[in-house]
Amino acid sequence: MSGALVWSDAVLAAQLFAVDPAGTGGVLVRSRAGPVRDHWLAMMRVSLLPTTAIHHLPLHIADGRLLGGLDLSATLRAGRPVAERGLLAQSDGGVVQVAMAERLASATTVHLTSAMDAGEVAIERDGVSLRLSARFGVVAFDEGLEDEFAPASLRDRLAFHIDLNDLPVGETEVFQIEPERIAAASERLATPVVSDTQIAAICNAAAALGIASLRATLLTVHVARVSAALENNATVTDDDVASAARLVLAPRALIFPQAQEPEKEEQTPEPPPPQEPPPEGDDTGDENQQPDIDRTLDEIILAAVQSALPAGVLAALREESRDRSRSRSSGKAGAHQQSKKRGRPVGVQRGDLRSGARLNVIETLRAAAPWQPLRRREAGGHGAQARVLIRHEDFRLARFKQRTETTTIFVVDASGSAALHRLAEAKGAVELLLADCYVRRDQVALIAFRGTGAELLLPPTRSLARAKRSLAGLPGGGGTPLAAGLDAAAMLADSIRRKGQTPTVILLTDGRANIARDGSAGRPRAEQDATASARQLRAANIAGVLVDTSPRPQPLAAQFAAEMGAHYLPLPHADAATLSKAVLATTQGR
Amino acid sequence: MPTAFPFSAIVGQDEMKLALLIAAVDPKVGGVLAFGDRGSGKSTAVRALAALLPKMKVNANCRYNCDPGHPQEFCEECRARAGKVKINQVSVPVVDLPLGATEDRVVGALDLERALARGEKAFEPGLLARAHRGFLYIDEANLLEDHLVDLLLDVAASGENVVEREGLSIRHPARFVLVGTGNPEEGELRPQLLDRFGLSVEVKTPDDLPSRIEVVRRRDSFERDSTAFLEVWSKDEAKLRKTITAARDRLPSVTVADAALERAAKLCMALGTDGLRGELTLMRAARALASLESAKTVKDDHLRRVAPSALRHRLRRNPLDDAGSSVRVDRAIAELFG
Repeated sequence: MSGALVWSDAVLAAQLFAVDPAGTGGVLVRSRAGPVRDHWLAMMRVSLLPTTAIHHLPLHIADGRLLGGLDLSATLRAGRPVAERGLLAQSDGGVVQVAMAERLASATTVHLTSAMDAGEVAIERDGVSLRLSARFGVVAFDEGLEDEFAPASLRDRLAFHIDLNDLPVGETEVFQIEPERIAAASERLATPVVSDTQIAAICNAAAALGIASLRATLLTVHVARVSAALENNATVTDDDVASAARLVLAPRALIFPQAQEPEKEEQTPEPPPPQEPPPEGDDTGDENQQPDIDRTLDEIILAAVQSALPAGVLAALREESRDRSRSRSSGKAGAHQQSKKRGRPVGVQRGDLRSGARLNVIETLRAAAPWQPLRRREAGGHGAQARVLIRHEDFRLARFKQRTETTTIFVVDASGSAALHRLAEAKGAVELLLADCYVRRDQVALIAFRGTGAELLLPPTRSLARAKRSLAGLPGGGGTPLAAGLDAAAMLADSIRRKGQTPTVILLTDGRANIARDGSAGRPRAEQDATASARQLRAANIAGVLVDTSPRPQPLAAQFAAEMGAHYLPLPHADAATLSKAVLATTQGR
Repeated sequence: MPTAFPFSAIVGQDEMKLALLIAAVDPKVGGVLAFGDRGSGKSTAVRALAALLPKMKVNANCRYNCDPGHPQEFCEECRARAGKVKINQVSVPVVDLPLGATEDRVVGALDLERALARGEKAFEPGLLARAHRGFLYIDEANLLEDHLVDLLLDVAASGENVVEREGLSIRHPARFVLVGTGNPEEGELRPQLLDRFGLSVEVKTPDDLPSRIEVVRRRDSFERDSTAFLEVWSKDEAKLRKTITAARDRLPSVTVADAALERAAKLCMALGTDGLRGELTLMRAARALASLESAKTVKDDHLRRVAPSALRHRLRRNPLDDAGSSVRVDRAIAELFG
């Protein structure tokens, strides 16, 4: 698709969004900050009704600010609890703008999405119990690179996904936007009717494109209606449906649709879409006509989607979708960062305000509250002006549990030499260790190296289902790029440490590196590089275990473990269970 | 509160709907956990249930929803007022436990307003009190903060909320049906909490085209004109409501033959479930199902239909064998029931 088309679609999305921000969910803009994005944002702002306010959601917003709670200063001033509206409630009827959505903390995401679902925000905090209307649209800027994405649960709820990353500034011509037209459209939103045939066609298209989530289909139907309102059509036309499909379905497509039936069946792993729409309910009258109409509409929709999808992109699409499923944990970073700084609050205790202690203001007020009349009487004239009399014994300090989370990084040698020996057992051991990590609520990550490089198969996660899936897909064979594997591990360990967690590296290999860092074959260079990488790990003081998986343990591997600063564990004849037990004993002994 | 989508208009998701109905008939079954794909209508079903449930009797002005039929379970306030209490009909509470909730709102705490304004030490009941005799709903239950989970576990086990804070010492009944939903991709549920749920269902997006189309069609007409849509479905809703009421009344008279008990026990043994909670839940759920279907005794068929939901989350965990648990239950059922 040409740049001009991408841009005109992006502008159309902005206008449709402006007609009904809350109903369409919002726009996900995948783009780095820059002039193109600024242009788009300006277009979107012009399109919005003048009464629509934009609220910025900072990445690390505190729950109290997001949801609302007790307004402390107002409470103290008034001498009675005053609730404060959070950002979500304030944004009612407006737009919430999220920058760097790919780094959004999972807690923030959940609050945001549940407010979007319910159209209101439920507050049960700090003695305040409220339900406030919160209907808003979301503009999420996803600045992720490659496999970093905004949280999937958020993406799923935003109708429009646009990608401005490869768009040159020159293509972003300024469109004339008529705010009056949009305002008029939002007035007549309820009028256009989507026919049953059109709904069936949209469902058909979604199935053909491999889109599982029903939300996407529902959003398409809604966007078609919005489009009809914008075009001032009394009923939803097939063109409206087609452009809705292009904007909503195309970016989510996992399978490239083919017009020919047999191929369609081949490609769809799920049940192949029945060719005829079901004769449902009371519209049996024109039942025999339906298939025909359907097929043409189907074709229109698929053609529309295809215009938005360059043909060669199929493989990339599949790749990307695999990446997407892997990077579901995107954006959890924030939560953990917080946990480092403050730990998990586990209640309050009475105490002195010494350095480092954090006063829990609400609990302090609570403690002071019952004594107020008494103290006021005691204080006589002196304290009468003060709203609240707080004494030393009222101080309540927040207690945090500093739970350092451990992330175990498995670095698995999937090369030919290891594959021959032990790959299956290594996998089994990793699974058992994963199970144990799960029990301790630790996170695990998995890096495999083979051929000429290393690959992060599993970003740190707690989800066993995902871990299992990536293990099952672990192929073996090729050279042993040990240096690349260790480098990847060091990088990951570093990022884990920056999140405030403790990384542990478990390396399963026979230690026979034969591919150098730059991908060239040759044992001496490769070993040199691997040793350098190993020293890096030791210098970074990252705990590790080297499990020697070769049938005859060699001093070479032991030496290598020493370079790495890792515990050496020769396990020539162990099965998966023994292996996991041994590794466990070592890591826990530290 | 925005209008809820009618329960009877939900397409498919039979296992989840059945589990919720069973929990509505017999709260002792112990809650429902619905885990599954995004956008498959988990939350919709729970909110729909709230609108569906028949009204219940409570003591007027009671903050804990005390049941006038059971004076021995009254809270202290009702006990003090015993004899001169009016009775109100209220809808069964379906209380949301939002993820951002703070501990004080969950268990209840000092009433800040009265404390600040009048210097009184009064207890303000929390969500657990409000959920008494009703449902406590946790969306994204797997993301709930650990310390809140601990609280819930404690109360769910004892049926009583004990508050000892800020110089308050209060205990009040808090028996509720825990309903949790979540997406397994975003993290697992703690095993202790998992065990508290009586029934666990796996929710999948319908993958056949006709039902997908029907979902979209109904949703669309609901969004376009919810009043008219509710009107269309009101008859079905009323019918379902009647079924629940009748099933509740019938429940004590439904018998479970020794043979059925033996079957249930054998099934649990074959699957190696931990503890006896599996058998108990299985039996209760089967009885509720029989009652829903106006049967007088529990038959094999009832057991067979509730067994997957009642047992799938209780198998000794091989945490990596996630796909396996449903399959294992099915296999055991096939072996035992033939």
